[in-house]
Amino acid sequence: MAKMTLEQLRKLREEKKQDLTRREVEGKEIQVIVGMGTCGIAAGAKQTFDAVVEAVNASGLGDQVVIRQTGCMGLCYVEPTVEVVAPGMPTVIYGKMTRDFAKELVTKHLVEKKLLDDHIFDRPAADIMKN
Amino acid sequence: MHYGLGDYVLDIAENAVEAGPREVILDLDESEDCFRVSVRDDGRGMTAEEKARALDPFYTDGTKHAGRKVGLGLPFLAQAVELAGGRWAIESEKGKGTKVEFAFPSASVDSPPAGEIPSLLLGLLCLPGDHEMLIRRKSPRGSYELRRSELSEAVGGLERASSLALLRDYLASMEDDD
Repeated sequence: MAKMTLEQLRKLREEKKQDLTRREVEGKEIQVIVGMGTCGIAAGAKQTFDAVVEAVNASGLGDQVVIRQTGCMGLCYVEPTVEVVAPGMPTVIYGKMTRDFAKELVTKHLVEKKLLDDHIFDRPAADIMKN
Repeated sequence: MHYGLGDYVLDIAENAVEAGPREVILDLDESEDCFRVSVRDDGRGMTAEEKARALDPFYTDGTKHAGRKVGLGLPFLAQAVELAGGRWAIESEKGKGTKVEFAFPSASVDSPPAGEIPSLLLGLLCLPGDHEMLIRRKSPRGSYELRRSELSEAVGGLERASSLALLRDYLASMEDDD
C-alpha cells in the first residue's frame, strides 16, 4: 500500500458521508470514553482505544458513536477503564477492558444492548475523589 | 511501568496537552542506532523547582485530581531510559512551555519495543483539546509530517468512530516505504 494523500483521505470521507445519507441513520449519539492516564496507558489503554475504534466501525455503528480519551477515572486498579454513555442504557464504567474485552464491549453493550456484568465498576464516591 | 515506547510517548504528550498549549510539536526519529523522541509544547511551563519535583513519583501539582499523591509519567520515563542506557532531558520555562527529549538505544535489551506506530499516532492526535499538533516522523523507511488540524478537517473531526477508522487507515499507509 502506498502512502495516502490528504486529498485521497478527504475523498474517502466524502464517499462515507454519502453512504451515511443513504442509510438515513437516526438515534442519539453513543459515547465511549477511554481512560488514558498513566495507569491506563501502562495497562494497555492505547491498544484498547485502537480496538474500540476498529470494533465500532466493523459493527456498522461508526457514524453513531463518538470515541474520546480522558485522563484517569480514579479506578487505577482495574485499568484499562472505559465509560459508555448510550441512550436507553445506564451509564457505566467498565474495568479491565483489554483489547479482547473491548471488542466484546462493542458487540454486547453497543449492538446487543446488554451489560457486561463482570466488568462493571461504578465511579468512586465523590468524597473519595476529593480526599 | 509501561510496556512499549509508544506508551511513554503518549504519556509525555498527554502532559504537554494538559499544559494548555497552542501547539505541541513531536519528533519521532527512528534510526538503526536508537529511537529519539522530542515533545515540545508552548503551554504553562514549570519553574526550576516545579521541574525538579516533577521527577518525584510521589508528587503531582494536584490540578487534575485533588488530593492525588502520585505523578508517575516522567519518573517512569526517566527510570526506563536510564535502565536501557539511553538519555533524557527536560527544559522548561514558566509561561513559555516545556520540552522533553529522550532516546532509547536499539542495541539495549532493556529498550522497550517501538510497538504499533499507527496506533500511537492515532492516540496522540485524539488527545482532547483545541491545540494544534505537529508530528514529524522519520524512520529508515522514509519520513512524513502530520498536522492535527488538517487531518481533523479531512476526516470530519477526531471523535466519530467512522472518522477515526479512516484516520487509522491513513496513518497505517504513512508507515509504508517512500
